[in-house]
Amino acid sequence: MSKPSDDRSAAGRGELNRPAQLVATAAQTIGPYWALIEHPEWADLLRADGPNAGYAGGERITLTGQLTDGDGATCPDAVVELWQADPNGEYEAGFHGYGRSRCDAEGRFHFTTVKPGAVKGRGNATQAPHVTLSIFARGLMNHVSTRLYFSGEALNETDPVLAQVPEARRGTLIARPAGSGVWNLDIRLQGEGETVFLEV
Amino acid sequence: MSDPVGYLKVAPGSQPPLNSPGYGSTHKRHPKQAPIRIAPTLTESLAPRMLERDYPSFADMSVHEGRQAQGERIIVGGRVLDENGRPVPHCMVEIWQACSTGRYHHPLDTHDAPMDPNFKGEGRVFTDAEGNYQFVSIKPGAYPWRNHRNAWRPNHIHYSLFGQGFAQRLVTQMYFPGDPLLALDPVFNATPDVAARNRLICTLDMDIGKEEWALGYRFDFVLRGRDATPMENPQ
Ligand SMILES: [Fe+3]
Repeated sequence: MSKPSDDRSAAGRGELNRPAQLVATAAQTIGPYWALIEHPEWADLLRADGPNAGYAGGERITLTGQLTDGDGATCPDAVVELWQADPNGEYEAGFHGYGRSRCDAEGRFHFTTVKPGAVKGRGNATQAPHVTLSIFARGLMNHVSTRLYFSGEALNETDPVLAQVPEARRGTLIARPAGSGVWNLDIRLQGEGETVFLEV
Repeated sequence: MSDPVGYLKVAPGSQPPLNSPGYGSTHKRHPKQAPIRIAPTLTESLAPRMLERDYPSFADMSVHEGRQAQGERIIVGGRVLDENGRPVPHCMVEIWQACSTGRYHHPLDTHDAPMDPNFKGEGRVFTDAEGNYQFVSIKPGAYPWRNHRNAWRPNHIHYSLFGQGFAQRLVTQMYFPGDPLLALDPVFNATPDVAARNRLICTLDMDIGKEEWALGYRFDFVLRGRDATPMENPQ
């Protein structure tokens, strides 16, 4: 397992590539009223009038999960975004891999999509099928991102990102079957069983 | 095919910490464990292609179903760049805000201020090939929230931007110059670096405004840049 790359660039190596005045804009919370830009249909990536209309490849799946906070209370005002590859493991090559789902009164998100394929990793590595989830909410000054993997995938054993996650916490990234074509992954923002969040 | 290049490190103090005690809602919602830093793979290097064909733009929020909203009409424009100084073309920008009285067109907003039926508060625009965007709206009002005693949010507009890389995704808020509430706002003040914080304030721009019609404000966005130095493979 590797160390985070932070230390190597601590001397500011990265700064050399950026004009001094250009620093990324500060994020601010999405707040409670983001629902003004809500389009519930975006949670269905296969919607009939959407960018993937008529897409016939792959296995149709539902992804769901419950979002909870440090008290275990549900987060009904949050929104989850999904980003994924197509069944061939390719991004935006005939399949638009973006979705957005609000959390309902029980803090649950729901996506309808196709199961992604294995994605090329760094070097010669292969990444297990996965979906990226980003969580935005009141009380989150910036969004946090994680990955959803599928339990039972042989490639999970050799996935380079999962390998960076301490074994005891790896389960927070692995969705379990919850009915035919339904996969569940609960997300805990804080506390016991806290989800592993990833950053680049 | 070579590995995706990394993103530039986040400049110290330029982003608000997830644990920002002045903003009460962060208390139970910020992760306590540090995120795991990974080298970008295709997943983090690419980003969804948000095309205007699929996500139609609506750039004039000041009119709803043919009727003018109340309040001070404004034009907001600027550029979207990355930290390398390159314009971000065809970038989808989502916009939402309260009406001129500080009320959101949303059932959860119970603030006792008149709701403007002609202001829905949602907009969506795309940058052009040079990264320029512009939209028309109404200056939003301040509104109360229950974060602390007699808490009021300064006038602000919410934004959501999709860049060309996953790490360029940005949700932020824009504030207005000279607002006395800024000094008291824990969301605005959560960003430690003063210059980074002040970049969230737009500037009055008489070239963006339109004579005898609307005041203009300029607001530029900067999304994460790429690090030309190849990152070591963490494996
Ligand atoms: Fe707001």
